[in-house]
Amino acid sequence: MMEGNLLLVLVALPFLAAVVASTVSSRAHNAAAWSSGLLLAAGLGILWVLRAPLESGQVVRATVRWVPSVGLDLSFRMDAFVWLFATLVFAIAILVLIYARYYLAKSDPVPRFHGFLMLFTGAMVGMLTSGNILMLVVFWELTSLVSFLLIGYWHQGQAARDGARMALIVTGIGGLCLLLAMLILGQIAGSYDLDRVLAAGDAVREHPFYPLVLVLFLLGCFTKSAQMPFHFWLPGAMAAPTPVSAFLHSATMVKAGVFLLIRFTPVLGETQLWFFLVTGTGMATLVLGSMIALFRHDLKGLLAYSTISHLGLITALAGIGSPGAILAAIFHIVNHAVFKASLFMAAGIIDHESGTRDMRRLSGLMRLMPVTGSLAIVASAAMAGVPLLNGFISKEMFFAEAADWHNGTWLDNSLPWLATLAGVFAVAYSVRFITSVFFGPPPVDLPKTPHEPPAWMRRPVEFLVLACLVIGMLPGVTLGPALNLAAEAALVRDLPYKDIAVWHGINLPLVMSLVALAGGVAIMAAFGARIAQGPEGPPLLHRWRAQRLFERVLLLATWRAPRFLHRSFGTERLQPQLRLVVLLAIAAGAAGVWQGLSQAPQPLGNPLNPAFAAMWVAGGACAVGAAWMAKYHRFAALVLLGGAGLVTCLTFAWLSAPDLAVTQLLVEIVTTALLLLGLRWLPKRKEEILGDRLLKAKLRRARDLVIAVAGGAGLAAIAYVILTQPLIPNVGDWFLRNAYQEGGGTNVVNVILVDFRAFDTFGEITVLAIVGITVYALLRRFRPAPESEEPTVAENAVEAARMADALLVPAVIMRWMFPVLLTVAAYLFVRGHDLPGGGFSAGVTLSIAFLLQYLAHDVRWVESRLTVLPIRWMGIGLLIAGVTGLGAFVFGYPFLTAHAQYVALPLIGEVPAATALIFDAGVFALVVGATILMLIAIAHQSLRIARQRERDAAPDREAA
Amino acid sequence: MMELVLSLAIGVLAASGIWLILRPRTFQVIVGLCLLSYAVNLFIFSMGRLTLGAPPIMPRGGPIDPTAFADPVPQALVLTAIVISFATTALFLVVLIASRGLTGTDHVDGQEREP
Repeated sequence: MMEGNLLLVLVALPFLAAVVASTVSSRAHNAAAWSSGLLLAAGLGILWVLRAPLESGQVVRATVRWVPSVGLDLSFRMDAFVWLFATLVFAIAILVLIYARYYLAKSDPVPRFHGFLMLFTGAMVGMLTSGNILMLVVFWELTSLVSFLLIGYWHQGQAARDGARMALIVTGIGGLCLLLAMLILGQIAGSYDLDRVLAAGDAVREHPFYPLVLVLFLLGCFTKSAQMPFHFWLPGAMAAPTPVSAFLHSATMVKAGVFLLIRFTPVLGETQLWFFLVTGTGMATLVLGSMIALFRHDLKGLLAYSTISHLGLITALAGIGSPGAILAAIFHIVNHAVFKASLFMAAGIIDHESGTRDMRRLSGLMRLMPVTGSLAIVASAAMAGVPLLNGFISKEMFFAEAADWHNGTWLDNSLPWLATLAGVFAVAYSVRFITSVFFGPPPVDLPKTPHEPPAWMRRPVEFLVLACLVIGMLPGVTLGPALNLAAEAALVRDLPYKDIAVWHGINLPLVMSLVALAGGVAIMAAFGARIAQGPEGPPLLHRWRAQRLFERVLLLATWRAPRFLHRSFGTERLQPQLRLVVLLAIAAGAAGVWQGLSQAPQPLGNPLNPAFAAMWVAGGACAVGAAWMAKYHRFAALVLLGGAGLVTCLTFAWLSAPDLAVTQLLVEIVTTALLLLGLRWLPKRKEEILGDRLLKAKLRRARDLVIAVAGGAGLAAIAYVILTQPLIPNVGDWFLRNAYQEGGGTNVVNVILVDFRAFDTFGEITVLAIVGITVYALLRRFRPAPESEEPTVAENAVEAARMADALLVPAVIMRWMFPVLLTVAAYLFVRGHDLPGGGFSAGVTLSIAFLLQYLAHDVRWVESRLTVLPIRWMGIGLLIAGVTGLGAFVFGYPFLTAHAQYVALPLIGEVPAATALIFDAGVFALVVGATILMLIAIAHQSLRIARQRERDAAPDREAA
Repeated sequence: MMELVLSLAIGVLAASGIWLILRPRTFQVIVGLCLLSYAVNLFIFSMGRLTLGAPPIMPRGGPIDPTAFADPVPQALVLTAIVISFATTALFLVVLIASRGLTGTDHVDGQEREP
């Protein structure tokens, strides 16, 4: 129990340190470093205590109940493998803190650096100790995010921002893949608990989704561990401050990928696919990375590629997956962290003190900084794998594994050769690093004169180099037990104790090591000078950079492709969008009726009336003509549109829909009047638009014609098939049976509208009111195009008089029509419930009565005699309809329940007097208001222009 | 045969309407919308099948044979649709006028297509 609590404290410590560090003053270098360092040291103390139970083979677990109702717990677990890794993280974090205290300039903001660094440590420890694979992914993503912030610490520099972004995108995408892999894995294993997943290896490997899970999982690991071809973000991340590079990009974060590879070996490993993917990628990365490292001129660039190649080595070992290989992989994780962190720190010291990292400018530093130089030489010897240093032993173990027989495939057989080749390059770049920086003539023309750094800046390097030596000479005593425990924990089974010794006698791995040493020195002796003068990268290969390719893809994905999509589908252009809508509608219709559309066995059929056919020949011609004329002859198109509408209206009358016919006719009149009013504000178009004759325009029209014909034909086909199927009994029958008893009216359509489905009608008239007000509001601030403001012919005084003469007789007739139309409206309204008519048609009729007055005379004449307040009509209409509906509540019925009875009026006789009639009155008033509002708002524009012109003309007259 | 004529009529109206709403001038689009609304209204209306000389107006009282009358539901739907399409046409007309005043062109995008 106590161990569990200690584990929780251990995980919480770095986060606590992050909170403390991010709240100190931005100049308090010492306070931040001390607080973080002490908290991390406490973490090391806890790890020391936890060592005892782990040595006896236990696994320490701790669970915090979070959302028990859905089974969400924060669960942590620690075994010997995690312990080793966590100790490494804490120890190197402390050394990095000491180093950074002297590395950072006084002006660098402290809370941000230490806060992020501690947050990163916390994320890393959380990732290591997660007992739930989803929680693991969360911490994993957190390391990616924090590493973004740390790489971009010096965000003033372009390189830092680019490097940070690239690292985040690559590792972030990898993290997403990992999340998918974990989700599938959890589903296969039946639990997201790490222990149960680790135990479900056989089930996972036999599952049909195994290759998918494996590929997704490896994408996550390889992006994080900078394996080819995802390695390119790591050199870019070298724009980070050197302590960050040393901590994240050599010792810890990039190791998270190989940690996970080893962790999941019992679940996903031990298959041919795993071997080829993991070992293949690892070997490719090992060889190519070490080769590229040789050709880098930048110190940190060389170290970055060296890191990539060493990660490849560990990955290859994880791919092999034998107990010896896993042990060697864990050992190399530790060794690489130790010597690479010290090398990065040394490189940072050189950069810090000399002002450059370019190996072509550096030379002979041994004379100026002998201590740092000696430390760096020892560390790079460890990197090269020189005997008696830690790098040598784990490399020997790798060579031994490579030379061993595993499965006899071509990859297995080529392993020793590839390993030796990579060893040659590793020796060569280490030699290059040492000779070019520390030996040779004294440096000239450096930005600063190099000298030894402050003693405490060197202490971490000294400590790490000491570790290299001690581990290198006494591996069995220092790390042997811990490594064996870790390998057992990683493979979740008991293994025979493997003794780690420096000397195994003269055997194949030793020969391979010697060949590598000799070959590397020979390469540098032969080609050293040419490499220094050559381009930054291996011959031929340097032209082709993964980073540039990535940037090109990024540009395509985040700039060109969105712009292309925006151009094609954006809201700036209506036609492509409408085309898309139409095509989608056609596709949806086609998909919906595909193969479901078949002729009825006995198609219904009414005998053809030739008059009906002739009517539609005219109607179709009108429609096609309107389509043809709408561009250059708007008035003709409008007349033809009216023709098509009229035929539609006659069709309604013919086919037993008198209500529709009446409404259609009236609406047709109002629509035509509206469009006529609108024509005045459109530009004159007497000549053809030039572009219309181009081939491109013709092709466009042809394409649209095809779409239109397809849409029309499809609709016609559907209509025909359905028309000839017999009607199945439906809700309409109920309406027919009950319209009179329940609704108190014989005109079923009207009863449906004002009684059965009155709520729909209520919504509809509300829409109408909104549209009316919108039209009014839009036109209040309307500014017409300049040429539309020119006086039209009719406004010329003489012409106007002539026009008035010509219109005299029609005007008188129209004036007399007013009372007639009022009567018709009243008639249509009252009969509506029983016979064709109703609120809609009565309302539109009344609007037409007003409209005619506006047509017959000018606006001022009408408005001096007749005051219409459309907004009030609308308001009162909506109010009546609403109150009628509410009235039903008084009698204990739901909203809009109607009551029906007949009232006998003197002279007229029995009149339907349902409450629905009152509702219909509301509809009537609203339709009148909305229609007149729109018509008047548009008609008034001419008046406003005239007033505007008068105002403009007035000063001129005064001046004259 | 009446059915065939009516479905062809719907097809012609719809094709003309679709062709017009894909055109670049606002007036073409507004005429296209009107034609398309005719087509759609007729299509919805025709879902009640064709009935000649039997409008859905009931005799008062007495049992009623629903098959003897035209289906009232599509008619009620279309009646609503006619009024709403009038409202949208009016709204679109005003947007058209305002856009023309604001941009100086009657192209649907508010600017002439670059040649």
